Amino acid sequence: MVALGAFAIPRLQKPLLKNGLGFSDWASARLFRSGHLAPTFADSSLTPFNQFPVNDYDVNDPEVDFDKWTLTVAGEVQKPGDYTLAQIQVLPRFTQNTRHVCVEGWDVIGRFGGVRLFDFLKMIGADPTARFVTVECADDYYESLDIATAMHPQSLLCYEMYGQPLTREHGAPLRLSIPTKVGYKQAKYLTDLKVSHVLEKVGYW
Amino acid sequence: MASRAIDIEDVKTGEVTEAVYEHPLVVRLCHWVNAVSLFVMVGSGFQIFRAFPSFGAKIPQKDLLNWPKAFALGGWLGGALQWHLTFMWIYLATGLLYIGYQIFSGNYKQVLFVWRDLPGVWPMVRHYFFFGPKPPVREAYNPLQKHAYTSAIGLGVLSVLTGIAIWKPVQFSWLAWLMGGFHLARLWHFLIMWAILAFVFGHLVMVVLHGWSNFVSMLTGWKQDPEYRSK
Repeated sequence: MVALGAFAIPRLQKPLLKNGLGFSDWASARLFRSGHLAPTFADSSLTPFNQFPVNDYDVNDPEVDFDKWTLTVAGEVQKPGDYTLAQIQVLPRFTQNTRHVCVEGWDVIGRFGGVRLFDFLKMIGADPTARFVTVECADDYYESLDIATAMHPQSLLCYEMYGQPLTREHGAPLRLSIPTKVGYKQAKYLTDLKVSHVLEKVGYW
Repeated sequence: MASRAIDIEDVKTGEVTEAVYEHPLVVRLCHWVNAVSLFVMVGSGFQIFRAFPSFGAKIPQKDLLNWPKAFALGGWLGGALQWHLTFMWIYLATGLLYIGYQIFSGNYKQVLFVWRDLPGVWPMVRHYFFFGPKPPVREAYNPLQKHAYTSAIGLGVLSVLTGIAIWKPVQFSWLAWLMGGFHLARLWHFLIMWAILAFVFGHLVMVVLHGWSNFVSMLTGWKQDPEYRSK
């Protein structure tokens, strides 16, 4: 119990957890296989749309003005700038029924449609040696992906769920769908996307 | 079983008792580090469970039990995950070191429950729970004890496997599939924790009942005057 009490000391606790998480991250990266697909499911396994939970950072509708909305691209790319939804939708459309696992412990199976993040990164001329893709959202949320996850064939810039355009509470007009990661990586209401060599902002979680 | 033994002479009375080296250093080290990491894993695990205390659907959500925050570690889900994802490596490392050491040193014979231990289980159960006569003590661990320790190691292995399936349900999708999918893997992980807690409870009760010399043996390795040596 003395040993346990020692962990309460911040000077001991902080480096301990930092190293533990660092090791977990390292192990995650080693375990990640770019070609290994997340399981996909038949339409009959889908969780009904009205039972697909909505989890928020602060608001479930940040009141995005769809007419003025663009995705602002920056960082290590050849073609930075503002991209409209139509410009993104020019890329091939993919749909997939994948499991959405929340960090809280629940899981649902949803149908997600959009363009491959891989194709979009190619379109904007992302530096192939870059290591991170970070996104910012209309509700002040932000997230980051390592490049291997971003390039995964099932990682989508998602504008459809269940065959319909995204609803506001599910992140309209554009969100991430990353079935190889837990729910908090599936950022909603995207406004900015940045490709970088270093991670400037550690994820909220 | 060949084990080191020495004679201890009480300087006051001149009485000589025997002491046997029961627990090698690696076993003792793994035992205590594992005890700490198990405590952290269970405490932070309950905090994680509190975020979604159910094994059914999210909508509508039916809670299984309302676990009090006072008996959980980490403060909130994110904090608990940091503890869980740190100590799982310590838990795994002590487990691997222990199992590896036991196999390669041959020390596993002391605790491994084998077929010939089976007939001895019921007499021990009768002795502990139904006031039956005490069966003769022949080894460091009686058949029921071996059964408990072997089961505990098995549960430890299962806790790691179910944990991996929850941690990486995509990369280890085959493991999650074996457990009936992510959803059930989470339930197994939870049930296995309760089985481990049941073992720990029984273990602690027995430690208290068997007294100080028995407890000290897990610190020093030496057990003074063990029953199976003094005739």
